[in-house]
Amino acid sequence: MIKWFRKGEDTDSANKHQLEKKEQKGLFSKLKSGLQKTRKQLSSKLDSLIKGKTVIDEELYEELEEMLITCDVGVDATLQLIDRLKSEIKLQKIENPQELYHILQREIATILDISSSPLDPTTHKPFVVMVVGVNGVGKTTTIAKLAHFWKSQGFKPLLVAGDTFRAAAIDQLTLWAEKIGVPIVKQRAGADPAAVAYDALDSAIAKKLDIVIIDTAGRMHTKTNLMEELKKIRRVIAKKVPDAPHETLLVLDATTGQNAISQTKMFKENTDISGIILTKLDGTAKGGIVIGICHEFQIPVRFIGIGEGLEDLRPFDPEAFAKALLETDNDE
Amino acid sequence: MFENLTARFDKVFRYLRGQGKLTEQNIKEALREVRLALLEADVNYLVVKDFIARIRERAVGQEVMSSLTPGQQVIKIVNEELIKLLGEKTAPLNLKGTPPVPIMIVGLQGSGKTTTAAKLSLKLKKEKRTPCLVPADIYRPAAIEQLKILANQVQVPFYSPNDGEKPENIVKNALNFARANKCDTLIVDTAGRLHVDEELMEELSRLKSILTPSEILLVADAMTGQDAVKIAEEFNQKLELTGVVLSKLDGDARGGAALSIKAVTGCPIKFVGLGEKIEDFEVFHPDRMSSRILGMGDVLTIIEKAQETIDEESAKRLVKKLQEDTFTLEDFRDQLRQIRKLGSLEQILGMLPGMGMLKELKNAQIDSKEFVKIEAIINSMTKEERRKPNILNASRKRRIARGSGTTVQDINRLLKSYEQARKMMRQVTGSTKPKATKGKKKRKKRAFFPF
Repeated sequence: MIKWFRKGEDTDSANKHQLEKKEQKGLFSKLKSGLQKTRKQLSSKLDSLIKGKTVIDEELYEELEEMLITCDVGVDATLQLIDRLKSEIKLQKIENPQELYHILQREIATILDISSSPLDPTTHKPFVVMVVGVNGVGKTTTIAKLAHFWKSQGFKPLLVAGDTFRAAAIDQLTLWAEKIGVPIVKQRAGADPAAVAYDALDSAIAKKLDIVIIDTAGRMHTKTNLMEELKKIRRVIAKKVPDAPHETLLVLDATTGQNAISQTKMFKENTDISGIILTKLDGTAKGGIVIGICHEFQIPVRFIGIGEGLEDLRPFDPEAFAKALLETDNDE
Repeated sequence: MFENLTARFDKVFRYLRGQGKLTEQNIKEALREVRLALLEADVNYLVVKDFIARIRERAVGQEVMSSLTPGQQVIKIVNEELIKLLGEKTAPLNLKGTPPVPIMIVGLQGSGKTTTAAKLSLKLKKEKRTPCLVPADIYRPAAIEQLKILANQVQVPFYSPNDGEKPENIVKNALNFARANKCDTLIVDTAGRLHVDEELMEELSRLKSILTPSEILLVADAMTGQDAVKIAEEFNQKLELTGVVLSKLDGDARGGAALSIKAVTGCPIKFVGLGEKIEDFEVFHPDRMSSRILGMGDVLTIIEKAQETIDEESAKRLVKKLQEDTFTLEDFRDQLRQIRKLGSLEQILGMLPGMGMLKELKNAQIDSKEFVKIEAIINSMTKEERRKPNILNASRKRRIARGSGTTVQDINRLLKSYEQARKMMRQVTGSTKPKATKGKKKRKKRAFFPF
């Protein structure tokens, strides 16, 4: 039964893929090149793991476990994955180690594929997006990319320089806004971010803009007072636009290890995260941590950052991600 | 899942403490826990493997010393090996050579290079050097502006590059600028880059050959995962790093990256960044870090901090007051003020031994506002009341409560903890000559616990 169900799903998505093939191709190869290092690491190891083997034994599982852990998947999620893999293999009576790979890929995709309301800026006007995260994950750059992304789709975004704390953060976002050609609302450094956001909403409503993207200062998730500040921003903007923010995005750095789980937990508790953006996937970092995060918190990954260019932000596709993560170089 | 390394080790060793004898089996159990803890702390897989093997070898082959329980013996071994892994002793900066001595700061995007550059300049300034900050990050929008603002805050000279100036030219000109301004140290903030970005890595090599820096510091985020090893290795191969700065240790990151980086590159960790303020920067002490990990606390750091912030004069005055037993509410207030200067309470608590175990204490948000309340209460008293708190009757208390915006209960609580503090100090002074820091520390614990 399960197998059939899965197969049906696969053909469905295969059809979808074919339809969007042209566009998908460019996207996929970009994602692939972005994840190249990751893939090399995982797949070359996986290859050498599987090649010499004729049977699936404990040793193979152990090596698989080691491999996943070195990809930052985390001890807990790794053990779960291996368990699922084991029972699936038992169920399907698989003996060939080669097939292990496909099952693993599917398992990962299943975990990453979280059915929840999609990110759709047409549902509200203005659609308010708040972007949060710890210091140095790339919030400001990601916001620029987001604005660019939505602008290219025909929306009219407004940037809000809500990071009034870090030196020159406002200048940085202003430079981006000029480059992309979108309006920005800002005040002086040290201003109350909630007040800046409130003003921005006023301006967005007056100018009939579609999307308001609020930058916030990077903050360690362990600092309670700073978390309170985030809550305050939420409270204040909800006064202007009821049920805003409509989307709260947590930016995570792919190079971060297990601490990302703690970050997600704390931010979720305080600001009700509705989506994740995984940045810096263009390095050697594997970003395996999202597997653990998706598994534990059921928060969907919305976008991934795969480079420094404005267009290097891609909507997240679980299947493509799992595929790119595990795929070997010679098969596409 | 979210227990930190300290808490994990606590659990392992508490279990081991209950054992009469160290057997092959219970070492295995303990080592499994240690292994998991280290992996969850993002220590690199291979490093963990190595580490566990070494511990096992030492633990099993060794006779338990008569003065220790088997559990203590394992703690000792783990501690020793951790220190060994982190680098045996504190590694100072090498600033010899003809001034200006250049220091290069390198790292990935978002690791905290610019902030670290500013923090380092403040530290050197405090050590009576004259550093100069140089921005070589021409790529990220407003990066130069950021360093300029920070340089202003620290009040050190800042080389302002012209528009479109190449990093190579910037550092060349900055060397002259430093000479002209009689700066003896040049701190160069480079652009963040991925270690796989050949082009930008080449640029770093070129900057290196122009500057011939005596220190090349890699700034590494304490939250980095398994990738830390590769990043550090790449940078090390290209540039031959002289040290590492571990940033963002103020979060709840377990800092496993520190272990990995040191083990793989051999580069000593020289400093740690502990917060967003420019002064949140400390020399890295391997033994203290290991103690922190093992839940033995970091008392040394507190004492050092105390010595830095509490001026000797008032400490002496306090000692005298203690001996004469004339410790008044005014002194109590002064003490509280000085404790506040030490830093946030969370920070101090994190350093105290055994605090890793006290979960409820960790979760309980200790409110620095309580201090403000106490101060308000004391400020609302008359001079006489402060000196002789026993004259406080109900009507006086009501007046003070009104004046300070508190309640009579608050005042009673304050008086109680003041009494306790006094009693304790009498005991301290009664036995030996009081050490200012010791007395203060104890009292501090008492002082905020009742609230």
